[in-house]
Amino acid sequence: MSLLDVAGVTRRFGGVVAVNAASLSVPEGAIVGLIGPNGAGKTTLFGIISGFVAPSAGSVTWDGADITALPPHRRAQAGIARTFQIVQPFAGLSVVENIAVGAYLRHPRRADATRIATAIAHRLGLGAMLDRPAAALTVAGRKRLELARALATGPRLLLLDEVLAGLNPSEIRDIIPLIQAIRAEGVTILMIEHVMQAVMNLCDHLYVLAEGRMIAEGNPVTVCTDPMVIEAYLGHGAAARMQSHA
Amino acid sequence: MSKHAFAPVALVLLVLAVVPAFAANTTINFLVSALIVTLAAQGWNLLGGFCGPFSFGHAAFFGTGAYVTAVLQSRYGVNAWVGFAAGIAAGALVGGLIGWLSFRAGLRGSYFALITLAFAEVFRIVANAIPLTGGATGLLLKLDVRPANFQFASRAAFAWIALACVVAVLALSIAIARGRLGAQFAAVRENEDAARALGIDVLATKLRAICLSGAVTAAAGGLYAQYFLYLDANIAYGSWISVEALLAVIVGGIGTPAGPLFGALALHALGEATKLFAGAITGIDLVLFGLILVGAIAFAPAGIAGSLQTLMARWRR
Repeated sequence: MSLLDVAGVTRRFGGVVAVNAASLSVPEGAIVGLIGPNGAGKTTLFGIISGFVAPSAGSVTWDGADITALPPHRRAQAGIARTFQIVQPFAGLSVVENIAVGAYLRHPRRADATRIATAIAHRLGLGAMLDRPAAALTVAGRKRLELARALATGPRLLLLDEVLAGLNPSEIRDIIPLIQAIRAEGVTILMIEHVMQAVMNLCDHLYVLAEGRMIAEGNPVTVCTDPMVIEAYLGHGAAARMQSHA
Repeated sequence: MSKHAFAPVALVLLVLAVVPAFAANTTINFLVSALIVTLAAQGWNLLGGFCGPFSFGHAAFFGTGAYVTAVLQSRYGVNAWVGFAAGIAAGALVGGLIGWLSFRAGLRGSYFALITLAFAEVFRIVANAIPLTGGATGLLLKLDVRPANFQFASRAAFAWIALACVVAVLALSIAIARGRLGAQFAAVRENEDAARALGIDVLATKLRAICLSGAVTAAAGGLYAQYFLYLDANIAYGSWISVEALLAVIVGGIGTPAGPLFGALALHALGEATKLFAGAITGIDLVLFGLILVGAIAFAPAGIAGSLQTLMARWRR
């Protein structure tokens, strides 16, 4: 049985249909990828899963229970943690305080929360800046902080919204084994990602969203050679041209 | 509060504890007024400094604490201490009410400031009109000097009680700042969406902050009523206390547990000094407060407490 099921979810913003009857399911223990061209509605779909955006139609099921109407903080308590594509640090707090806010979700005592936050910071390579203000971090640092905070909540499902965007290739190489290690500990992962090297390396299963519709799914290799997917990215006729060049 | 700022706070508290034993009545009057404003400012700080919502109407809580304390005694014969406790509870209740109405509607920033100002003004106008509060003539508490009646022959005793309240709230603020609730307050202050994503119920957290804040500021109002034994709508719900509460916090160090104490003492000392030298010019102390506010925001946004910490950290190095 899958941990998360999104069924026929639609979201309209006025006349714009950002997500159109999209469905996906994430089995427990998997790393599932969600890709698609810019403006496809990936982040809106993440918002619907994490409770920040209410769907106009459709349902979200978590561990067998309908959570479509549950507010974001209750979903986080239930074990769904998300990162933000546009990083949202608590700028006035230090790195360790930022992460501790996440850890406090399941550990009410300061000593425990701080210990867990420190451990996670070290693990994500933020150990040297524990007491620096979050505002002083580089882009890569802030992306790691997003991940650290989400991880500190002790989630069952981690929603990663482009945590690799804006990182250089060596930073990406550092983070990929980290994501694999997180999964190995039993955390299920659903990730939006544009960095195909990472997607191909990490994901067991891939969904492709284009113009709000789910146009393809399957294992990463099949999906990436799917003519529908190529055309969604490169335009009509692109698949045929690639065929003739090959 | 870090260890750096502990020494100056302890020193100030020690001086405040010793002075009433020797000081003249005018000095004690000054101290009690400063401590009452400190308490009101500590209340403001728990909401505005710790959790973010910037109130411009803490008079609503101050006045409620003052009137509930006074009205229960003078109209219903309730014991003064019980009245004081009821005033604190009423402050929390009014906080919850204003918070529930405005936070649920998603009011933030200047909109929240305006709605709190509006509430305080409505309370002021109502208190000025209805018989229960004595209307425009105000409310005089009967002189009945007995400790059981929250009235003391010695002014020093009252100064110590006010100081005890301030120390209690200081301890509470430090405990909050160091714990889970403080982390939740700070998270909501810094970024509500990120706080939500980490499992924090933003509305409940803000309601906790405003109830606490209302209770503490109401305690200041109750103390005022017991010390001066007179209230009218312009004292209890007047904008003076809303302004002094937030001014003391900004000058003292917003979001720091000890900031309100430093700020209220510094402002009151400066205010008294200017009145001494330029007392003929009405309102000169308010002009000075304005200048200090501009100066604090421009040059010391971390306030006295923040600047002290920076200085001491530098000195240690």
